[in-house]
Amino acid sequence: MAGIELLSDQGFRVDGRKANELRRIQCRLGVFTQADGSAYIEQGNTKILAAVYGPHEIRGSRSKALHDKVLVNCQYSMATFSTGERKRRPRGDRKSKEMTMHLQQTFDAAILTSLYPRSQIDIFVEVLQSDGGNYCASVNAATLALIDAGIPLKDYVCACSASFVNDKPIMDISYLEESSGGAELIVATLPKSEQIVFLEMNSRLHEDNLSHVLDMAVKGCKDIHDVLDQAVREHVGEVAAISGLE
Amino acid sequence: MLTNKVFLKKTKKGSILKIVREHYLRDDISCGSSVCELCQHDDKGPVLEEKLTNLSQKVDQSHYIIPDTNVVLHQIDVLEDLSIQNVIILQTVIEEVRHRSAPAYKRLKDILTNPTKHFYNFANEFNKETYVEREPGEKSNDRNDRAIREAAYWYQQHLKKLESEIDIVLLTNDADNRTKAKEKGLTSFTIHEYVKGLKDNGTLLDKLAHVGTGLVHEKDKVQFPEHLPLNEILRGIKSGKYLQGSFIASRENYLEANVSVKSEDRWIFIQGHMNLNRAVNDDTVAIEMLPEEEWSCPSSLMLEETEEKTDDADIEAEDAKLKQNKVPKDLRQPTGRVVGIIKRNWRQYCGILQQSAIKEATRHLFLPAEKRIPKIRIETRQAKDLSTQRIVVAIDSWPRNSRYPHGHFVRKLGNVGDKDTENEVLLLEHDVPHSNFSEAVLNFLPKMPWTITDEDMKHRTDLRHITVCSVDPPGCTDIDDALHCRPLANGNLEVGVHIADVSHFIRPGNALDKEASNRGTTVYLVDKRIDMVPELLSSNLCSLRCDVDRFAFTVIWEMTHEAEIVNTKFMKSVIESRASLTYGEAQMIIDDPTRNDDIATSLRGLNKLAKILKQKRIDKGALTLASPEIRFNIDSETHDPIDVQAKQLLDTNSMVEEFMLLANISTAQKIHEEFPNCAVLRRHPSPPPSNFDPLIKAALSKGFTMNVSTGKDLADSLNSAVIENDKYFNTMLRIMTTRCMMQAVYFCSGMIPEAEYLHYGLASEIYTHFTSPIRRYSDILVHRLLAVCIGADASYPELLDKHKTQLVCNNLNYRHKMAQYAGRSSVNLHTHLFFKKRVVDEDGYILFVRKNAVQVLIPKYGLEATLYLNTDQRKKGPLFVFNEEENTQTCGGISLHVFDRVIIQISIDRSNVQHLKLQIKLVQPQIPEFSVAPTEDDKSTDDEPPTKKQKLDI
Repeated sequence: MAGIELLSDQGFRVDGRKANELRRIQCRLGVFTQADGSAYIEQGNTKILAAVYGPHEIRGSRSKALHDKVLVNCQYSMATFSTGERKRRPRGDRKSKEMTMHLQQTFDAAILTSLYPRSQIDIFVEVLQSDGGNYCASVNAATLALIDAGIPLKDYVCACSASFVNDKPIMDISYLEESSGGAELIVATLPKSEQIVFLEMNSRLHEDNLSHVLDMAVKGCKDIHDVLDQAVREHVGEVAAISGLE
Repeated sequence: MLTNKVFLKKTKKGSILKIVREHYLRDDISCGSSVCELCQHDDKGPVLEEKLTNLSQKVDQSHYIIPDTNVVLHQIDVLEDLSIQNVIILQTVIEEVRHRSAPAYKRLKDILTNPTKHFYNFANEFNKETYVEREPGEKSNDRNDRAIREAAYWYQQHLKKLESEIDIVLLTNDADNRTKAKEKGLTSFTIHEYVKGLKDNGTLLDKLAHVGTGLVHEKDKVQFPEHLPLNEILRGIKSGKYLQGSFIASRENYLEANVSVKSEDRWIFIQGHMNLNRAVNDDTVAIEMLPEEEWSCPSSLMLEETEEKTDDADIEAEDAKLKQNKVPKDLRQPTGRVVGIIKRNWRQYCGILQQSAIKEATRHLFLPAEKRIPKIRIETRQAKDLSTQRIVVAIDSWPRNSRYPHGHFVRKLGNVGDKDTENEVLLLEHDVPHSNFSEAVLNFLPKMPWTITDEDMKHRTDLRHITVCSVDPPGCTDIDDALHCRPLANGNLEVGVHIADVSHFIRPGNALDKEASNRGTTVYLVDKRIDMVPELLSSNLCSLRCDVDRFAFTVIWEMTHEAEIVNTKFMKSVIESRASLTYGEAQMIIDDPTRNDDIATSLRGLNKLAKILKQKRIDKGALTLASPEIRFNIDSETHDPIDVQAKQLLDTNSMVEEFMLLANISTAQKIHEEFPNCAVLRRHPSPPPSNFDPLIKAALSKGFTMNVSTGKDLADSLNSAVIENDKYFNTMLRIMTTRCMMQAVYFCSGMIPEAEYLHYGLASEIYTHFTSPIRRYSDILVHRLLAVCIGADASYPELLDKHKTQLVCNNLNYRHKMAQYAGRSSVNLHTHLFFKKRVVDEDGYILFVRKNAVQVLIPKYGLEATLYLNTDQRKKGPLFVFNEEENTQTCGGISLHVFDRVIIQISIDRSNVQHLKLQIKLVQPQIPEFSVAPTEDDKSTDDEPPTKKQKLDI
């Protein structure tokens, strides 16, 4: 009879979270040995695998090479089994092309590109399961993979989404909240310097509310940063232990 | 902790989807009790009290109550009662209620927000300890019941841990649930047991709804056909076997109804108890079409249900009577029968108790004030008390074996016939919010004494030097509008319309704004005005009174002397009205050749332009309609008494009206241009041609052909249909035309295609309401939009959200309709009071001829009454013969036609002291044994006829 109540009077969202709570994040670095760097992240039911190759020589046409900085090459794809309905997703479709472009822009801004002129870094992102916030989880996974590969970055790149329901901003929205038709703000930041590297918004939001929603998303990025940072430190600790550095 | 909710869902296309959703379980959810020190309470503090008074004789300890879903759904009246406090509403229950009944959900929410009730909403589904997983093969209802028991058990243990004396009482009417609860060691009762066990349960007992419990014995004969289950209905609707629509019962005949079918935009007729099948007015129902040979048509019989029948009275016999009359083929209408109810839309009904013949009986019939609602069977022990009262009753159920629906008493309003009570009934029945403004609302009023600051002047133009005046009906205190007109240097005229700047005082989103938005409109009753905004604003700060500085929203046109607009300007301004005139005074100034001051020239200029504007509008096809109470074209801006016959309309009435229309149209164009997606506009759809059938038929009987293909044709036909020696004929035609019209509505421009913006009655492509912000909320919205357009004010999120705006518009439409109905009912009420003391002979005209009655319009009182005729051979008295072809009633050589002038004697039928009815008798033409002699002294003049003050907006 009535639609879903996205935020109850008591302040609970459909899945039991409060407005300012992230979904559970679990991540691992170095999941593959073939790639130079790799990572796996789960943000709730969104599960992403990222692999990084490089920096290496330009593959394919030489003309793509940039003389003053590295070429960041991204590829985003979704597994056929990643959504409720099984659907073949050709790699070149509009949506993944757009997502590829966005990732490329994001990491172009975050990697210290001038260190490797005339070479290339590849970032492959595969969505294994999708439940909203694909871009955000992809960015977070790619960041971990880049760190695993030892590529110099200005800072972690953390991305988080936010929406606006019942006059209140909500953080890290799930697929259900995404598809309810409200505004969706996606932001990727460098958490330490609080610089925004990427910002996207879908559907309309009154400008009065924008700053609240943005604040919420940026706060989400910071929270994600804490989680990722801890995972990286644990991973480094493990690797160090294995290689007998301690 | 985290768990996943996994379920399968069928999509619209029919494929099966597996949906996986996360479900987080928390350990930080408070139990909400003041006893508890373990839980972390939220900012507002614990809701449930620590020290309880135990009112129950059933339970020894003090206790918190946990009701299950069905108890909340059916017994919300009991829960609303002040004596029921400290109740825990589980999330499981709230969600189920939300899915099953919107009104109950809303009322539950209201209770939860009321701090004196101590109701706590416990999010058991998100709590780690109370969440239960659905077991394989378990039905979702069973799971929910288990979740409720689990939560109750948790509470019990939780309170034990705190060493508190407080117990938990689970209220459920499900026997199985109760047994299982008792196995777990929980205290559990049915709501009936519990309420009966309360120490002071007098009125509470009456409020109990009897759903599935014994008012009727099961062995009683099953009368009505069974309603189909919902899934079967939905399948049937999909396959086209059934149709979905909303059920509108007939006011005139309790055995007839119409269903407006959602998908096809047409009406299906329904007749007889069996076919109506327990549907109540406003329900959403599923219907099945009958085979064409069983189609019927409205019997044009005025049928009122009178005597009380037993619950198992044979309804088939009643239906059989209807079937005897064969309906000629050409009159047949698509007819159907109700097969199931998709959604009940029951509300609470006002009315009176029809006492049972047996004095000691506890079961009585309730007679609703609304004629479309059937009588309701209720059980009460206070019948003697209630018999002289207006009471409120809610329907609980309508079992198959009962002739009447079952309900329960909710509350009493006051004595029958008491003016305040009757007004209260009227306001309640029309859902008019009429409580006093709350403290929170009044806090947002400007502080007195109010002065104009420099800040205010920033975006305002000072127009205090211009000679502005207002023209209104006498006694008007909420002056919305003022006008001016002055010559310009280039030979053109400058015309200004100044509207009270209410939006300056009512800022978006605050309590005052929300209250006004909910009220939507000021409601005018005969002896009372229910304001939309508090009086300080409506009659003082916003009212454009003379000789004081007031804020206004101004439209200024530069016009040629031929009333061609050269340009239009909008601005916020400060004005000082020079004179508050009445229509009469303004007319006198215009007609007085000795007056040549600024006001007089201004008024004459306006008057001249208005006449040209009006002519232009009529040429375009604007309709001049009439209704027995009001004159359409004129009343939208004037506060005229509605006596159609007596009142001479002055030029000044239409002068003000013309400029208001012009201001509205100019504003509509402007805001639509600037906000094509979210402008608040008003449209008046052109009526479907079939609406005009009764009009065409009636006009033809006098030899006139009506052309209704366009508004212009209709206007021309109306103008040409004049009978020399019967001046009222034309007015009657216009009254009938009014009945054919659709309702004009507000809408948000982004929601419908531009071609449908048309305002039929005014023959304008676009229209809105701008000129009465003191009494209409729509105008406030329009003011805000316009203020944003000219940069005088900032926009805010809700204003630009078309879906939210449309929701507001829907509410405004509803409130407007209800305000109109309330106004009319108030007039009726006062007409009754007026005739209580007298019997009067009056001129009347026959408006409709029915099978057993004629409806007569009495212009002097704007009154429509039914004259019942005897058409049944078995009854005594002269027999009338109804001629369906010619639409006449004949008796003893005298025929009654539509449009006939008759003389009628009006009096009050006192046969039922509780329920006074207006009654009319025929005086002329004289029909032996039927007509009555004229009253001797028919013009009693001890008090004036009720002044009817009402506004109707096109």
